Amino acid sequence: MVDAVASGAEEQARSPSIARSSGWWGIIFTIATEGAVFAYLLFSYYYMAISSHATWPTAPLSLKLALPNTLILLLSSGTIWWAERQYSTGKSTNALLGLVVTFILGAIFVSIQMVEWHQMSFSPTSGPYGSLYFTTTGFHVAHVVVGLLILLALIGWVASGILEDRRQNAVSVGAAYWHFVDAVWLSVFFTYYLTPYLS
Amino acid sequence: MAGIRESSIGIAALPATAIIYSGPAFADPPLSYLSAFGPKADSTASLTWGLLIISILVTAVMTGLVIWAIFRKRAPVSGPGPEPETHHISTFNIFGWGLGLTALILAGCVGWTMMTLAAIDQPPKTPAVNIEVTGNQWWWRVRYLNDEPSKNFDTANEMHIPAGEPVKVTLRSEDVIHSFWVPSLSGKTDVIPGQLNTTWIEAREPGTYQGQCGEYCGLQHAHMQFKVIADKPADYLAWRDNQLKLAPTPAPGDPQAGLVVFEKRCGACHAVRGTMAGGYLGPNLSHLMTRSTLAAGTLPADQGDLAGWISDPQSVKPGTRMPHVPLSGDEMQLVITYLSSLN
Amino acid sequence: MANTMTIPAVQETPELRARLDRIWETPKGFAGWLSSVDHKSIGIRYIVTAFALLVIGGIEALIMRLQLARPNQQILTPAQYNELFTMHGISMIFWYASPILSGFSNYLWPLILGSRDMAFPRLNALSYWIYLFSGVFLYAAFAIGIAPNAGWFDYVPYANQQYNPGQGIDVYAMALILLGISTTVGAINFVVTLMRTRAAGMSINRMPILVWGTLTASAGNILAVPAVSLAFFLLWLDRRFGTHFYDVPAGGQPLLWQHLFWMFGHPWVYAIVLPAMGMVSDGLPTFCRRPLVGYTLVALATVLTMVIGFGVWVHHMFATGLPDIGMSFFSAASFVIVIPSAVAVFAWTATIALGRPQLTTAFLFFASTIVLFVIGGVSGFMTASVPADWQFTDTYFIVAHIHYVLIGINVFPVLGALYYWFPKMSGRMLSERLGQWNFWLMFIGFNLAFLPMHLTGLWGMPRRVYTYGADFGWNTLNMITTIGSFVLALGVLLLIVNVVMSLFRGAAAGPNPWDAATLECATPSPPPPYNFAVLPTVASRHPLWEDRLQESDERSRITVGPALDNGREALATSPIDAQPDAILKMPEDSYAPLVLGLALSALFVSMLAMSLPGVLCSFAVGLIAMLIWLWPAGLSFRPLRTTDG
Ligand code: HEA
Ligand code: HEA
Ligand code: HEC
Ligand code: CUA
Ligand SMILES: [Cu+2]
Repeated sequence: MVDAVASGAEEQARSPSIARSSGWWGIIFTIATEGAVFAYLLFSYYYMAISSHATWPTAPLSLKLALPNTLILLLSSGTIWWAERQYSTGKSTNALLGLVVTFILGAIFVSIQMVEWHQMSFSPTSGPYGSLYFTTTGFHVAHVVVGLLILLALIGWVASGILEDRRQNAVSVGAAYWHFVDAVWLSVFFTYYLTPYLS
Repeated sequence: MAGIRESSIGIAALPATAIIYSGPAFADPPLSYLSAFGPKADSTASLTWGLLIISILVTAVMTGLVIWAIFRKRAPVSGPGPEPETHHISTFNIFGWGLGLTALILAGCVGWTMMTLAAIDQPPKTPAVNIEVTGNQWWWRVRYLNDEPSKNFDTANEMHIPAGEPVKVTLRSEDVIHSFWVPSLSGKTDVIPGQLNTTWIEAREPGTYQGQCGEYCGLQHAHMQFKVIADKPADYLAWRDNQLKLAPTPAPGDPQAGLVVFEKRCGACHAVRGTMAGGYLGPNLSHLMTRSTLAAGTLPADQGDLAGWISDPQSVKPGTRMPHVPLSGDEMQLVITYLSSLN
Repeated sequence: MANTMTIPAVQETPELRARLDRIWETPKGFAGWLSSVDHKSIGIRYIVTAFALLVIGGIEALIMRLQLARPNQQILTPAQYNELFTMHGISMIFWYASPILSGFSNYLWPLILGSRDMAFPRLNALSYWIYLFSGVFLYAAFAIGIAPNAGWFDYVPYANQQYNPGQGIDVYAMALILLGISTTVGAINFVVTLMRTRAAGMSINRMPILVWGTLTASAGNILAVPAVSLAFFLLWLDRRFGTHFYDVPAGGQPLLWQHLFWMFGHPWVYAIVLPAMGMVSDGLPTFCRRPLVGYTLVALATVLTMVIGFGVWVHHMFATGLPDIGMSFFSAASFVIVIPSAVAVFAWTATIALGRPQLTTAFLFFASTIVLFVIGGVSGFMTASVPADWQFTDTYFIVAHIHYVLIGINVFPVLGALYYWFPKMSGRMLSERLGQWNFWLMFIGFNLAFLPMHLTGLWGMPRRVYTYGADFGWNTLNMITTIGSFVLALGVLLLIVNVVMSLFRGAAAGPNPWDAATLECATPSPPPPYNFAVLPTVASRHPLWEDRLQESDERSRITVGPALDNGREALATSPIDAQPDAILKMPEDSYAPLVLGLALSALFVSMLAMSLPGVLCSFAVGLIAMLIWLWPAGLSFRPLRTTDG
């Protein structure tokens, strides 16, 4: 038992390597690249906002649905954070509960978003503003839906106990993704709903 | 038909290179931007030459160094190479000097760039002439603007300007992106739909300066050329007054019959001042015969080529927006006769 | 549950190798080939496919050169010419230049980093399949007469439906987004591989520059590729669903396209040269018999180039009428970017000067890269100056610039790399005699074709013209360029001959034919599927030269180390210092990547065909493949030690 390898491991043992598995890094960089997609979408919004005066709406968007919806999504970030905590301390039933609640909140968000889309006075083909609004929020909803699918898989896996606890990073990975979707919404919300009030 | 430049004044700032360059072997091609014929292009050409010379020197030095390095202590190709070894050398000696010098040159070039930019941003005096140039696939509409709108007039693909005067050019596009470029007088300014760009040109001496669309715009990007003709001020005024006139009334007989055919078959797209032909899709033909080329530099403007063009524009300039208009042999003859009278 | 463990270091033995062989072997036959996730075989597939694209793109260029050889020729119609130059540009810059580097890096990374495979072997397979299918997609469309014709940067509004009906632009959009997925997936894989699976002791200051280059390129791609994918997606929406991003009459913005494209485009041009520059930085020292001069500076310069590279995109838009102030900033940034490039140039030159160069073919390719890079670099430097660029832009001067940089610091280093690493890949040497001919034909042909092209540009020849008049002064220059192109092509042909002949008749290459310093040369040629029988521990930047360089007393260990022969396993190490921290369970061969790749391709074909059922079906198949892929299958890794809970 002679080994530099092993002794190296001793030194590193402080940080639980579990949270830094390849899968976790993988999702972090996936998030980075997806984040970039939204960054470029928002860039497009700001660019068009300054250069397309003629076709830009004059009144800000209504916050009646969007604000509560934002709060719902924020809340769901909290519930998944809780679920992850529970899971890592071995409380699978609590974790399952957290995941299910997150799923429900996410589903509510998507439904409200649909309602909001229906109420809009513009459409994706009515002008650049509409094209941008629907593409950006559409992209975001698509991400929420993917998040919901991931949640569904996690719920199934946790419920069936198929995830041995060393694979718990599957839950962390799902949670990281969900937080990301949430953060993206905040920047979309800020851009489309709040900045018009600033000017 | 190549641009004729009566001026051969080189680049003020770099006489030495200009002398080498203006040797007989280097008769300057019409679109070359190595020599300049107006104040705006002058500053740009000096800068271009400066950068070019720096670049050639850098290339020469680096190539020399690489060759020297290779032949300094060459080892045989075949057989086991020499044992690897490190000669410890001061990194600073290698990178410090090289990077320092590079940074210095770069700083100088940034400065020179900014100065040139500032120098050519605005014309030296208020432009005497205002032209609006509109890019179309694949020709240029040219409109001379006057404070009195009734004194505006349209022409195409060739613009006359007074020598020694700055001219303001406003750029519009009716379809895709083009780029307005007269290398001897000025660099490119893109012609972008939905956006108004402006630039200015000035020719020091009378002469013909070749222009070319500088942004890929489709099938006939190659044949989207134009000319800027700088005249002595008096000649310019004479040209302008002629353009302002209605098109010459056709003489009775064939020319007049030609006009009738023209109005009916071509008038939907082409305008001729003072006739029923008022179309806007194609070039204004009021004074067609004062131009030296047809279809944006595709053909010389003589009778034979005119006939060739009208009878089959698509094979002369594949893709052009001018369709083949079926005319009988007689009609064709009449139309040509009429068009040939448009001075 | 959690367990503390240490792994014994063992001496490698034939028995161990035999055992590892059984564990890592890919099933025989075509079916096995389809399921392989071995980075070496994926790397070679990448290289072969990308070379095929180079030849196709090259043949397209040769046809263009015939048309341009003399004025007013009619070999091609304008429509054909426009499709050809577009296909040439995109084949070269997207389907050749980047994938070829992914190929080499895929092949080399685990070997050079002393590990068994990439972090995500199946993702690796996926990224290859998508690349292949996107290329097949593009060329299948071309074969049935559908081709893009708006140039590689595809400016709107010319690329809008109104001015460009037909499906060519849509094919380009779909194929490029698909390729973007491949690039992104591959980039993530490289970055995570770097963070997770280097040999113990391969701290970041010991990594070969190739690794730095690919790492930087990958990080750049992760952030840049979304811009172009988005731009093309929006274009597709405009074209097929009537949105108004770029549609001028409705208030859309043509310049939005240009910004999005070049925000991607400029980082991209560095992404397709930094790994190649890494090849030069790693290859030259071997033939100069000394370590690279200025390793640290070169590594830093690599990263810095990319960082600055994100801030220069507007230099492609100088003529669009932006405010002077903004342009001055981007102009200055473009000048500044010369500095990190100069670092590499100086380092290479100094390495040659301070070493004892052996003029092998590989060396010649690497060394000539320096000169070609300087020429291509200084023409970039010239165009960085706004007023000067107003003249240069869209003339053949730019065409000369891009070929000097693209051929000079992509194709030439890649061919050097091929001569350098072909023995590793195939176990056979390439013929040096043919190699010298190959090099000189290409070098002379290339310069003959493209050096005079600078003058063609200075004399005002616009790019992207299908023909030109006889009285513009470009006749002789164009003829010379055409002749040079054919000489260059002859050189490429000779390369193909050399590769084919050497595969069968080349001299056997030992593990380390060039007496190089890096870890890949500690494996047999070709390396076994598991790369290293025992996992090496690295003690310096030059593991195989330590005895001779005598830089310190520490020695790397290559024949003694952990065996990790409990199924497919690899060692995970920490991101910066490469201290071991876990044993990774590596996946078995699998068809999931192939199926997912097919499903994704079907998805994009369905999008092109606007077929909703197609979209739904392929989406469903993809989803299933993903689920199977991700299904938790026991342990993915064993931590070397975890805190007991
Ligand atoms: C392959 C990669 C590649 C690389 C590495 C570069 C490198 C550079 N490029 Fe290039 N570029 C392209 C690929 C590349 N380019 C492509 C494909 C296009 C055209 C796209 C299209 O329109 O189709 C383009 C176009 C392009 C333009 C737009 C031109 C136009 O369309 O009008 C500009 C403008 O600034 C530019 C600048 C530069 C600069 C400053 C560098 C610098 O990084 C170069 C720095 C290197 C050196 C200068 C040499 C080494 C340095 C020394 C030896 C030190 C001494 C030097 C000096 C003092 C100068 N490039
Ligand atoms: C890596 C990138 C790369 C490479 C390697 C090349 C290689 C070549 N390019 Fe390309 N080129 C571009 C990238 C590249 N190009 C880009 C991005 C553009 C801009 C496109 C745009 O404007 O949109 C461009 C544009 C471009 C133009 C301008 C077109 C125009 O504006 O109208 C020209 C014209 O001469 C040209 C020529 C060539 C030539 C002669 C080669 C030669 O190097 C080719 C050498 C030949 C081969 C490599 C083929 C060898 C084949 C054989 C020997 C046959 C063997 C056959 C069998 C065995 C079956 N290229
Ligand atoms: C559908 C519209 C259309 C019709 C009908 C049409 N033209 Fe044209 N014409 C054009 C366009 C567009 C151009 C510019 C073509 C180019 O340069 O690519 C043009 C160019 C020309 C030119 C060259 C002008 C110049 O300044 O270079 C002449 C001459 C001409 N047309 C004559 C005619 C005649 C004569 C007829 C009728 C027999 C005719 N055209 C019918 C659209 C039309
Ligand atoms: Cu108009 Cu090119
Ligand atoms: Cu660039």
